[in-house]
Amino acid sequence: MKARLLPLADALAVFLAMLVLWQLVLWIFHVPSYMLPSPWAVARAVVARFPSLVSSLAITAGEAGGGLLASIAAGVLIALAFGQFRWVRRMLYPYTILLQTVPIVAIAPLIVMWVGAGALSVTVIAFIISLAPIIANTTQGLISVEENLVHLFLMHNASPAQLLLKLRLPHAVPSLFVGIRIASGISVIGAITGELYAGSSRVGEGGLGYAILYASSQLQTDYLFALVLAATILGFSFFFIVMFLEWYFLHRWHESARAPEVE
Amino acid sequence: MTQEFIAPQVEFTGVTKRYPNGGLVLDALSLTIAKGEFVSLIGPSGCGKSTVLKLISGLTPPTAGTIQVDGLTPKNARETVSYIFQDATLLPWRTVRQNVGLGLELEGVNGTRHAQRTASLLELVGLGHVAEAYPRELSGGMKMRVSIARALATSPRLLLMDEPFAALDEMARDRLNEELLRLRAEQKWTAVFVTHSVAEAVFLSTRIIVLAAHPGRTHAIIPVELPFPRLAALRAAPEFGALTAQVSRTLREAIPQ
Repeated sequence: MKARLLPLADALAVFLAMLVLWQLVLWIFHVPSYMLPSPWAVARAVVARFPSLVSSLAITAGEAGGGLLASIAAGVLIALAFGQFRWVRRMLYPYTILLQTVPIVAIAPLIVMWVGAGALSVTVIAFIISLAPIIANTTQGLISVEENLVHLFLMHNASPAQLLLKLRLPHAVPSLFVGIRIASGISVIGAITGELYAGSSRVGEGGLGYAILYASSQLQTDYLFALVLAATILGFSFFFIVMFLEWYFLHRWHESARAPEVE
Repeated sequence: MTQEFIAPQVEFTGVTKRYPNGGLVLDALSLTIAKGEFVSLIGPSGCGKSTVLKLISGLTPPTAGTIQVDGLTPKNARETVSYIFQDATLLPWRTVRQNVGLGLELEGVNGTRHAQRTASLLELVGLGHVAEAYPRELSGGMKMRVSIARALATSPRLLLMDEPFAALDEMARDRLNEELLRLRAEQKWTAVFVTHSVAEAVFLSTRIIVLAAHPGRTHAIIPVELPFPRLAALRAAPEFGALTAQVSRTLREAIPQ
């Protein structure tokens, strides 16, 4: 227990040191508050605008979470098709790489044009950006089953459905989680990027990305910092939720998941 | 030896196997394995001994020649055949009990019959106390026991084993050899066993087939007429030593200089 808490204490110490350094920089160089607000001012902004901060956070969490869940559902289905049929994989796998390399900022305006501004198009953007790692990792897990295990199943006259459900799918679960972990981080980035283009058209109702744009245009730098903080917390929360689920489902049997690691 | 032990259970007639790249693995191999025999295949690497098991199980087809198992094609005979691989090939996400029950489950045996059969096999191989453990918690020898229990759960008439104990230390290997013979005495399956160990082959077998390599072919057949039950003490007996020496000598002849 002690050993596990210590790294967390170290990280906390670094955080406090950074706050002190931050404050010192302000005092020594007389930086104007619209360039760099004090930690205290950021804290005040968080308290003063807490309801709108939480509402922005909730909107972005919904969009990123929705996109992530949709990408898990679609990604697993696509991976299943890739895993079962080699010809489907040969024909379509290269396009999943394309999916990964297409710059999201370049297609975001297109999606806004097709879907319309608002939460739905942001969710679609989060979905697109999360999809490739889910497909790639799940497919890898499905097709990397040891040959002797397949032979074992064949010796017991296993049907194709049994091979899939009792061998390939459970074997792919650890890889699926690797994919989800990567996707969880970038779904948040995707949602915030998406909101820069497609956030709500009504003031005060947008997610974090939209609020960041608005706060920077108004030079509300203290609130801008609060929003960045909220975005970071959101990314962290996604990551830890996925880590927990991964631990929950895998710790009993999988080598990589003996205990939730706090780093 | 009773009458039912005489009928051939595995019959190879002029079986040739080539790799897709043209390399010759087995050259016109003919062999007959009778019901109740324990046949070990031993030989230098490249003699195709593992390929023989793959052919009997129908996991790979012969390039030429015919193979019959219980009078059927290998694929049609699978219901009565179990395969034990070199590594234990356990499903890591299943408990020991669920692993032992896998074969039955795949063959559609469910409910009370499944539970009873699985439980009795766990007892038989001495794994009752770790039934709910996961494979990663077990030693190599225990994993192999699970693998054996799983293979026997479906009541096979023919057991194919591909160097199952190669990765174990000698103590564990000897213990499992003795247990394998005890199980065979109770259940009366036929066995085809691939090994690198001369002592293991002599201890287990009723007959040893020494194969030569490049291409794989029969070099010699050595009957092992040591009486059953064979217990640990047999390894110290002079007739055991004499046979081991004979097999080693034959094996050396089979390896080109």
